[in-house]
Amino acid sequence: MQEVTLELPMFADMELTASKTARALGEQIRMSPDKIDEIRQAVIEACINAFEHSRAQDEKVRVVFKILGTHREPDGLQITVQDRGIGFAPGMLTPPDLKKKFGTGKRKRGWGLMIIKGLMDEVDIQSDEEGTRIVMRKMR
Amino acid sequence: MTESLKLSVDRRDGLAVIHTEGYINNQGGEEIARVAYELIDQGFKTLLLNLAGTKIVNSIGISILIEIIEKMLEIDGKLAFCNLTNTIEKTFHIMGLAQYAGIYADEGVAVAELAGG
Repeated sequence: MQEVTLELPMFADMELTASKTARALGEQIRMSPDKIDEIRQAVIEACINAFEHSRAQDEKVRVVFKILGTHREPDGLQITVQDRGIGFAPGMLTPPDLKKKFGTGKRKRGWGLMIIKGLMDEVDIQSDEEGTRIVMRKMR
Repeated sequence: MTESLKLSVDRRDGLAVIHTEGYINNQGGEEIARVAYELIDQGFKTLLLNLAGTKIVNSIGISILIEIIEKMLEIDGKLAFCNLTNTIEKTFHIMGLAQYAGIYADEGVAVAELAGG
């Protein structure tokens, strides 16, 4: 199993570094361009969620890319996005509803997890007071 | 290190097309909103965002586009999109944006449809 690990500081647009790595690995295992794009979008969302909400003291996000399967026959990509922030209760989150966001005068935020789940084949979210870990997979 | 978004505007009869080039993140979304609100102030009630030059967006940037849609609904106007990548279009569908904004394959189809409507 091949693995690439990035440790990203929480600076503006650092999510693009993770996105570029996802593209390189997706191309390496000959994923379709659309699937690669979907992974890139999901990785961007997971990173900016951590940047925006984790309040991690170390101000870093760790991203681990794993090629699933064998070198000769890769099956897909697994990406883990992890922070050491304050965590949240995934089960308590209500999926956003665009209709309900109109006319509130508030910002229309809160879409990240919905997008990640919509674009990836499998998503597992673990979160507690020691941080959050999102594991997502996309098969070839 | 922020990737700046480049915009250009093509004004037609009653319709303005905003062409984007680059990443639509927080700053990019704000820049599109600034241009869109200027066009609304100039009397344009139909805006078309041509994203041919945008291959990546993030949900913060999209959330600002939703605020433009909200504004257009308030003034009985329209915001539409064209030339989306498959993934951006899928993302818009996941978020439910497609219910409130037209999505067209290319600018020619969009302009014909919007000018006719």
